[in-house]
Amino acid sequence: MLAFLVQRISQAVLVMFVISVIAFAIQDGLGDPLQEMVGMSVSMEEREALREELGLNDSMVVQYLRFAGKAIQGDLGNSYFYGKPTLTVIAEHLPATLELVIGASLIIMLLSVPIGVYAAIRPQAWLAKFFMGVSTVGISIPVFLTAIVLIQIYSIGITVEWFPADTGWGQWLNGALSTDGGMPSYGRGDDLTHLFGTWNSGFFSELGLMHLVLPCVSLASIMLPLFIRLIRAEMMEVLQSDYIRYARAKGLSSARINFLHALKNTMLPVITVGGVQVGVMVAYTILTETVFQWPGVGLMFLEAITRSDIPLIVAYLMVVGLIFVITNTLVDLVYGLVNPTVKLTGKKA
Amino acid sequence: MKKLLAAFIGTMALATAPVALSAEATKELKMAYDADPVTLDIHEQLSGGILQLSHMSFDPLVRWTKELDFEPRLAESWERVDDKTMRFKLREGVKFHSGNELTTKDVKFTYDRLKESQDFKAIFKPFSGINIIDDYTFELVTSEPFPLLLNTATYIFPLDSEFYTGKTEDGKMKGAILKHGNSFASDNLSGTGPYRVVSRQQGVRMEFERFANYWDEESPGNVKKIVLTPIKENNTRVSALLSGGVDFIAPVPPTDLDRIKRDKNSDLVTMSGTRIILFHMNQERVEAFKNPKVRQAVAYAINQEGIAAKIMKGFATPAAQLSPAGYQGYNESLKPRYDVKKAQELMKEAGYEDGFTITMMAPNNRYVNDDKIAQAAAAMLARINIKVDLKTLPKAQYWPEYDNRAGDMMLIGWHADTEDSANFYEFLTFCPEAGSGAGQYNAGNYCNPEIDALVAKANVETDIAKRTAMLQEVEQRLYDDAAFIPLHWQDLAWASKKNVKIEPILNVMNFPYLGDLVVE
Repeated sequence: MLAFLVQRISQAVLVMFVISVIAFAIQDGLGDPLQEMVGMSVSMEEREALREELGLNDSMVVQYLRFAGKAIQGDLGNSYFYGKPTLTVIAEHLPATLELVIGASLIIMLLSVPIGVYAAIRPQAWLAKFFMGVSTVGISIPVFLTAIVLIQIYSIGITVEWFPADTGWGQWLNGALSTDGGMPSYGRGDDLTHLFGTWNSGFFSELGLMHLVLPCVSLASIMLPLFIRLIRAEMMEVLQSDYIRYARAKGLSSARINFLHALKNTMLPVITVGGVQVGVMVAYTILTETVFQWPGVGLMFLEAITRSDIPLIVAYLMVVGLIFVITNTLVDLVYGLVNPTVKLTGKKA
Repeated sequence: MKKLLAAFIGTMALATAPVALSAEATKELKMAYDADPVTLDIHEQLSGGILQLSHMSFDPLVRWTKELDFEPRLAESWERVDDKTMRFKLREGVKFHSGNELTTKDVKFTYDRLKESQDFKAIFKPFSGINIIDDYTFELVTSEPFPLLLNTATYIFPLDSEFYTGKTEDGKMKGAILKHGNSFASDNLSGTGPYRVVSRQQGVRMEFERFANYWDEESPGNVKKIVLTPIKENNTRVSALLSGGVDFIAPVPPTDLDRIKRDKNSDLVTMSGTRIILFHMNQERVEAFKNPKVRQAVAYAINQEGIAAKIMKGFATPAAQLSPAGYQGYNESLKPRYDVKKAQELMKEAGYEDGFTITMMAPNNRYVNDDKIAQAAAAMLARINIKVDLKTLPKAQYWPEYDNRAGDMMLIGWHADTEDSANFYEFLTFCPEAGSGAGQYNAGNYCNPEIDALVAKANVETDIAKRTAMLQEVEQRLYDDAAFIPLHWQDLAWASKKNVKIEPILNVMNFPYLGDLVVE
């Protein structure tokens, strides 16, 4: 166990080193951070003085060594735009993103397991076919389009006048298809509950939860079909295996077979994929957060790029790299719990 | 006894007036801009966002009216002492948010700080000093006769000198202007303006509350609380208004104008703006552009009206000069001159009938539809056999290329900080000279010392009629010479719910005077 953790920590250090080098190498291509810091009419001399002050005139190697020297002491520099340490800025924005990911993960877990299992047990049922059809559509619609459609239907509202309004059924259909809107379309709302540190949560008030609904559904929409299909495929395969047949022959109830014996083995690969996907989801939040003006790290990162806020970009990439390493480590640990035959350090069993 | 009584009545009046006002201000306004102020230090950066903040939490000495006249604010009156000196009388009894009272020492403090500020010092260069006569009288002195003294006074928003003097607990100077990193002034604010900053989470949310002791008791404004949320994404900002999440948004993207017009709960206000969009033709890089006939041919080949109608969806005013209507230099006789035949003839006369190939560069996220404008212009130039190799870049990468003059034709937009024509010429058409900063954005390398001399003369001419004639002549000569290719002035648009009466408080400078906003 200890060897495993040491291995993972050294891996994390290596990942972050590589990321920081890459981020530093591309910074020239990101543009000039000064453009966002000074007005158009500021003279060239003033700009040059500021550039010197920020150390932007030094060679890349000198800049990197200066950065690395501070990074070892836990200081990833100050954001040009926010004027604060980059880690503080990220800490302020991270809770919003994590809540978005937690909300979307809950939706995915609560829906994908029952639907996936159902579709595996009754592959021929029309409802199962319907779910599979919808999930194919869902996986092929980009997340920002889903978000815009959701905003139009549930925030702004739509008025349908396709059917003749002078007939009873037409009126009823028009009414049934029209929506009033009213759901919050941007931000996290004003009613946040302070948990600890920089974490203000929207999970504990009605307004906060209302603000979470549309962004979480949009974010979930891209991953949900993937998990439904994964669970269905795995489950179907497990149901064919010998031990399930044996259990059937033994006369166990089908509920016990399906949900205890089969599901447990189905979940193994799902956990692996799920762990990786949580990391990917943090990346997907960039789109969702932009459309919903969600004040998380995704939006922060996108704006940092347009402003060429290089220290913040580097720090964000390193933090995201760290999140990937941590989630993967956790997945490996959980995997060991679910399947005791898996050995962490890769020694022979 | 009489004196005492008078003093007593005076205090009573002062004490009761603010109470009456705060009882009126009861409404709440939620608004969304595309960005929130970068800092609370209004001298740290000269940008639209900072000026909008300045007009919310501070007051200028004088401010622009809708008609581009001057309106007294903290300066009650002013008079010229001689052609280099203007004497101002400061309003008495004005309180800062901190409770301190405004006097001339605050104006002096602000003036000195502006002279220090990297972004503002250029605007205040013509000023040589400030004379304090007494607590409420001061004089601004310029080194030469300066016709734009009042224009510049709109940038003097007196700061609370006591509040910004001294050291913080960790030993930082409170008055320091810091471009990066945290300064006291970038997080704390005390002005005389209608709104105090209650809380601020940068990039997320900013909350303002009406200042109970605000001096302007005649202001009709009745908004008690303002919540500003920056929403960068155009679509999201419009959705927030249409769904009722916010009451007031700016800017409105051209693609959504119709959508808001159709909405029965929203009002749309548009105005022809003062930001000119133009192309420079680099004479240093392209030999042909040295020939005025070729430049004129390009001017005749570009269809400004077509671009304004098709690409900008009517949301722009086609331009044939730099100065927008209302500026002294605006020359009414200059009209867009689209005529392909004439353009082809001019190319032939210049000996370039077969055309040539050039590179063109434009940003793709700085101005409204900037990349599409450049594509259209490239297609138009193909008709006079100028082949264009177009490259569009995000703004952060574009400006370094611009500074290097990396393209043969480059697009730029310009708004005159002084709301005056001369500013356009100084930055865009003056002979480039690194030392003085003249022609800093003249990517065409066009150079006509006669025109520069005429502008310089106009800059010390305090007789408005004479100055107007000079500046209009400048526009005419630049037009005849086809020094650059003007395209259009970008229009401005704001939208609000029906009960929010934004029309009276909006202006072409895009500083909504939110202190005077009425919500029904």
